[in-house]
Amino acid sequence: MIGFIFRRILQGLLVLFVLYTLSFFLIKALPGDAFTTEKAMSPEAKEEQMKRFGLDKPWRIQYGLRLQRLLLQQDLGISPKKNRKVSLILQQSFPASVVLGLNALLVACVIGIPLGVFSAVRKNTWVDYASMGFAMIGICVAAFIIGPLLQTQVAMRLPAFKVAGWDNPVDWILPAITLGLAPAAYLARLTRGGMLEVLGQDFVRTAQAKGVPALTVITRHTLRGGLIPSVAYLGPAFAYLISGSFVVETIFQIPGMGRHFIDATIDRDEDLLLGCVLYYGFLIVILNLVSDIIQAYLNPRLRDSL
Amino acid sequence: MRVLRRLLPSLVPALLLSCDDRTAADRAVEDRILIVGNSSEPKGLDCHLVTGVLESNLIRALFEGLCTEHQSVDGQALPGTAESWEANEDFTVWTFNLGRDRKWSDGVPVTAEDFLFSYQRILTKTLGSEYNEMLFYIRNAEEFYKGEITDFSKVGIRAPDDYTLEISLRGSIPFLPEITKHYTWYPVPRHVVMKHSNGKIDAPFSGWTKPGNIVSNGPFALKSWRINDHIAVEKNPHYWDRDKVQLDGIRFLPVVNSYTESRMFFDGLMHITYIVPPEFIPYARKNYPDQFRSELYLGTKFVRCNVTRKPLDDIRVRKALGMAIDRESLIENITQGGQEPAYGMVPPFGNYKTGRAISFDPDQAARLLDEAGFQNRIDFPRITLLAPDRDVSKRMAEAYQGMWKKHLGIHIEIAQKEWTSYLNAMTNLDYDLADSGWIGDYLDPTTFLDMWIKDGGNNRTGWANGEFEEILKQSEHERDPAKRLLVLQKAEKILMGELPAITIYWYTTNYLIDPRVKGWNPLLLNNHPWKWVSLEPN
Repeated sequence: MIGFIFRRILQGLLVLFVLYTLSFFLIKALPGDAFTTEKAMSPEAKEEQMKRFGLDKPWRIQYGLRLQRLLLQQDLGISPKKNRKVSLILQQSFPASVVLGLNALLVACVIGIPLGVFSAVRKNTWVDYASMGFAMIGICVAAFIIGPLLQTQVAMRLPAFKVAGWDNPVDWILPAITLGLAPAAYLARLTRGGMLEVLGQDFVRTAQAKGVPALTVITRHTLRGGLIPSVAYLGPAFAYLISGSFVVETIFQIPGMGRHFIDATIDRDEDLLLGCVLYYGFLIVILNLVSDIIQAYLNPRLRDSL
Repeated sequence: MRVLRRLLPSLVPALLLSCDDRTAADRAVEDRILIVGNSSEPKGLDCHLVTGVLESNLIRALFEGLCTEHQSVDGQALPGTAESWEANEDFTVWTFNLGRDRKWSDGVPVTAEDFLFSYQRILTKTLGSEYNEMLFYIRNAEEFYKGEITDFSKVGIRAPDDYTLEISLRGSIPFLPEITKHYTWYPVPRHVVMKHSNGKIDAPFSGWTKPGNIVSNGPFALKSWRINDHIAVEKNPHYWDRDKVQLDGIRFLPVVNSYTESRMFFDGLMHITYIVPPEFIPYARKNYPDQFRSELYLGTKFVRCNVTRKPLDDIRVRKALGMAIDRESLIENITQGGQEPAYGMVPPFGNYKTGRAISFDPDQAARLLDEAGFQNRIDFPRITLLAPDRDVSKRMAEAYQGMWKKHLGIHIEIAQKEWTSYLNAMTNLDYDLADSGWIGDYLDPTTFLDMWIKDGGNNRTGWANGEFEEILKQSEHERDPAKRLLVLQKAEKILMGELPAITIYWYTTNYLIDPRVKGWNPLLLNNHPWKWVSLEPN
């Protein structure tokens, strides 16, 4: 197991390096720069700014300097558009995104897994069709529709909820539902598939033949195996959820990470974008590793192959 | 359990609040805190380094220039840091007398030295200010910025004593008090800036504007700042005119999504929105007639023509395109915000009379296109209209496209680009037509005319006209303000005669405001002085 984790960490570092490099050259390939502004800067002012941020040098030198700064000083640079350190921006936005992501994950699990289990157990009945219909809607209806719907139909009618803002835990509920519905739908489908596969196996039939109560068959014998596809999905889904969502964050006015991702790309705010990419990449790598370890715990065959 | 224990202290007040009938806006009225939508996260609070309107809203609360805006009269300057001012006969030398009771929020007096320091700072090239051109009215300021002069004492600013500031200008500028209302002319606290920048005048990221560090001289002082969440300011106890300041604080919310912002207003979460999106305007007019406001705003919407490309190098083609646009229909059906069809580049205000240069005339448009050699419309080259990826722009572009097809029989393609690509294409003249606009910085026609000089950074059309520039220069030597405006009218006539930019409409600002907000009057620059605003419970 230790060897496996070590190998995966090395792979992860390589992934981060490739991700960083690719993102650097991709943003460079976009037209314009951080100082392409609506009210044009004078050539002198622009020259000065380009010099200050090292953007006047050839790409490969900029890349080398950035990498050097990142590795030797653990410094992500300064955002010229926000006039502050990238690490500070990420640090301030990270908590809101994590809280939103965790709540959305909770919504996803609480809705998705039971739905998947019910529809697998009641395969080809109205329960199954209704659950899967709901899952389809969850996947198809975008957050920018669900969000405003919840705002107008729930928040504006019930005084307990606010249309937008991030001041107290009640404010977490509607954004978490908006963000969590799509993963809930995926989870429902994956759980259903996983459960059906296990439910069809001989040991389940034996248990049922022995007269083991249906609930015990599901909870003790089936669920552990049936959840494996969902757990594999949960790792990256969790990374996706806590790295912030531009749509949900702008609809509900949440001071999270997702907005920086999009804003930094539009503004050509290179250091901020690279900081966001690295952070997201890091989360994906770590959470994939965690999800693999959990899968190994759930699946003895997988554990032996590590 | 531990999680629950940690959540409870915040959940309980939240639940209690939810039992309260009062909205956040109601509670804020009682606390005399104004809650305002401010569009987006500001780039910063250093008035020498920012450029936008939303930053201006914050800086106007925190800082004060030599003169300040009148709360209800456009173009009238009230005492700010300066308690009085006078100009010489030809408006080339201005003397500002600073009030002796003007203080920074830490109690240190604001002196003429602070102004000298501030103007030297913004004109120091290595600071990287993007908006320093606003100070080029000062004699030798441009030369100092460009390094042609290294001795700052040769720049036309002097401080004969601690409370007198004498400014010598490059020409006759009768509207200088107007200019000093712009944040680039505001002072920064020398003692604080230098402390945080280790004595360097040109350190841009010294952190002096962070909460806890910042010291300001306006009616309010910074209280807290959380990125993408809020900026809160509170009444500045050292402000000279503190008795007139009615609010105890202002909370600025950077709500990017304008639909969310309007919903927040409807839900009682704020007192004033930054805008109302066009789709919500009919709803707001109908359901919130007392809260919805639509006021003229000093800005012009236009379509830039790249005059270096065929067929747009032909004035007749540009005019034909301009005359084929039914501006009233655009306003009625798309923007819906009560904008005014723009028959000139400079919106009419004060004593300036904008000449009627262009209007909707499809027959004349078709004739002009015939004259330009396109009797057979199939011969008209394929040209493209560049538009940013903002929703209204997209619909505007489609409307122009439809009108040109209908009235001229030509097909124009639309290319939509994301914001920076769009700006980049326009700057590099890599476009044919571009949906654009301009917001004035100060109340003078030159804010709309100076940009069209040859190779000006904001020209972006490739158009140049020697006579136009000559007249603009003349205006700087005209001592009589009324005659000066006539000279500027002549310049505008030349510009509109050649139409490098097809004017569409003059902007309005559409927003929602809580009726309990008092002292908030229509102002063309939308630069409301916060100190006069108050909240009165019904």
